[in-house]
Amino acid sequence: MHIIVPLRQVPDLVEDLEIDASGKDLDREWLKYKMNEFDDHALEEALLLKEEVGGAVTAVALDGGEVDKLLFTAAAKGADRLVKVRGDFPTPLNSHAMARALAGAIQGLDYDLILTGVQAVDELDGQVGVLLAHYLGIPHVSVVTDVQVHDGKAVVHKEYAGGVMGEFDVILPAVLGIQAARQTPRYAPVSRVRMAMRKSTIEEVSAEASAEGAPDIRKLFKPEKGAGAQMLEGSPEAVAEKIIHILKEKGIVQ
Amino acid sequence: MSDVLVFAEHLQGNLTDSTFELLGKGRELAQTTGGHLIAALLGKGVEPLTEQMGVAHKVVMVEHQQLAAFNPEAYAIALKAVVQSLNPSIILIPYTSMGMDLASALSADLGIPLAAYVSEVKIEDGTLMTVSQMYGGKVNVESEFSGNPKIVSVLAGAFPAEAGKVEGTPVIETMEAPNALANLRVTFKQWIEPEGGDVDITQQDVLVSIGRGIQSQENIPMVEELARKLGGALSASRPIIDNKWLPKSRQVGKSGLKVKPRLYLALGISGAPEHIEGMKDAELIIAVNSDPNAPIFEYAHYGVVGDLFDLLPILKEKLGG
Ligand SMILES: Cc1cc2nc3c(=O)[nH]c(=O)nc-3n(C[C@H](O)[C@H](O)[C@H](O)COP(=O)(O)OP(=O)(O)OC[C@H]3O[C@@H](n4cnc5c(N)ncnc54)[C@H](O)[C@@H]3O)c2cc1C
Ligand SMILES: Nc1ncnc2c1ncn2[C@@H]1O[C@H](COP(=O)(O)O)[C@@H](O)[C@H]1O
Repeated sequence: MHIIVPLRQVPDLVEDLEIDASGKDLDREWLKYKMNEFDDHALEEALLLKEEVGGAVTAVALDGGEVDKLLFTAAAKGADRLVKVRGDFPTPLNSHAMARALAGAIQGLDYDLILTGVQAVDELDGQVGVLLAHYLGIPHVSVVTDVQVHDGKAVVHKEYAGGVMGEFDVILPAVLGIQAARQTPRYAPVSRVRMAMRKSTIEEVSAEASAEGAPDIRKLFKPEKGAGAQMLEGSPEAVAEKIIHILKEKGIVQ
Repeated sequence: MSDVLVFAEHLQGNLTDSTFELLGKGRELAQTTGGHLIAALLGKGVEPLTEQMGVAHKVVMVEHQQLAAFNPEAYAIALKAVVQSLNPSIILIPYTSMGMDLASALSADLGIPLAAYVSEVKIEDGTLMTVSQMYGGKVNVESEFSGNPKIVSVLAGAFPAEAGKVEGTPVIETMEAPNALANLRVTFKQWIEPEGGDVDITQQDVLVSIGRGIQSQENIPMVEELARKLGGALSASRPIIDNKWLPKSRQVGKSGLKVKPRLYLALGISGAPEHIEGMKDAELIIAVNSDPNAPIFEYAHYGVVGDLFDLLPILKEKLGG
């Protein structure tokens, strides 16, 4: 069982996001990145499957930013092979371009299953996993929370509103968009990431990618402040008083 | 060429709210483009559903055993056939579990542009413009499209469902199911119903709802006590459920439940679009978050910027017994 997990970095939403001078992209100079949390779930599910049925997990990421650290972190968690995809990619990199580049790189690898995160917070033009499946000509199911593999197929659960799920058989190879792994993604201590840096190698492949398929960005803007909540200020004491006052007014507490 | 096509989403025999939201919006757009509003209804034995789609000029129906339950591969094949035969100018697809599978598939397959996470759609001087809620709701992106068709994948709850809820008898056109449905790699097996919970959060007057800001499972009894004092129950955002700190039946949002309590007290929840769609209609929303830029403050009636762990003990004490 050879599983490929494409990984990507997304802006860390804990930080303030600023818009650049063009108005059409985030100001990326000081942006702090982190692994897309759903990719972390995809990697976890891949590692669990490998533990169950054997095989190998290959982490693939497009060049840029702190991609080496991203790949070494995957190795520290248990990925067997690391692949960095180089190319002349458009910036900002949209989902269509990312999927085309990944497809180009993955075409040359052996694979039975590709697990991606179900989505990312910056996918303006759709989900990379679904696009990737189409560029590779293989089936996909997204919003997946459970995967089992046997006899050349995967049995997966896809989640809908209200927690209702559909169970599907999927003939492999296929792309699955992972919403949540069976367990909380494992943690890689810094010491283990450092060891991976010494012991693992990152292979490089090149691929091409056009950005076609996205709308034209006119501008980025922050949601209107003050359009929403009336802010309660003061010490925790004062704020608690105000909340209780509101609740009394609405008849929620006596 | 100027028609607006809406993917009519149905789950277990019922059209979803998203469908009515898109039909209402689609009708408005069709008035501007001068085209028709057409609903694409894929399924098996779904004709009775057309009676709820009176707002559409026409319903194009494709029926096949493989379309009886949603199947990402089968539905993409059928929807593609509908799009190719009608050549609409705008295709509206909900940004739901089904829509996520369909919109990107259609975009890749037909080589047509797509905007996802959309909360606003407008036609300005003949150009289609969308606003997408990106970065967990922290930054909006305004986009425009050239050429036809184009796909707009809309967040649930972005538009009022009422405008689309019109009974009537739209023209029904049946399209032959594509042959490719005979040869699928994805097969639907069965539905799995969620396990019933101890409390039904959709029936509670008061919900104290926790997000990743709660930090650890050990802090849950503390908020549970607050919920009890307020005569309500605990609910949560998705990461809390994924961590298995609370049962799935307590999840609010896109893949959880839609709630409308009299009070929704959101503690340490950022307000990602997937969460907002489940609780934005609550009568009174009070949010506590240490990040002044948290999107939850756009939807809350009252907001507190601060550490929930500072506020919680005092609030509990003041509520008394
Ligand atoms: C297909 C799909 C379906 C989804 N369905 C759902 C769904 O049904 N429901 C859902 O909720 N999500 C859903 N999500 C996930 C969603 O995208 C977000 O990841 C999730 O809502 C974030 O949860 P959160 O706000 O608790 O965590 P975060 O976004 O991490 O926010 C935590 C917040 O806590 C604040 N905080 C931290 N410490 C403190 C403190 N001490 N005091 C006060 N505030 C603090 C932080 O400032 C931050 O704003 C879905 C995603 C996908 C892809
Ligand atoms: N699952 C975990 N197990 C142990 N320590 C963790 C875990 N997650 C985060 N940490 C600690 O929290 C710090 C911040 O982690 P992070 O939020 O991943 O940047 C790390 O440096 C770790 O010390």
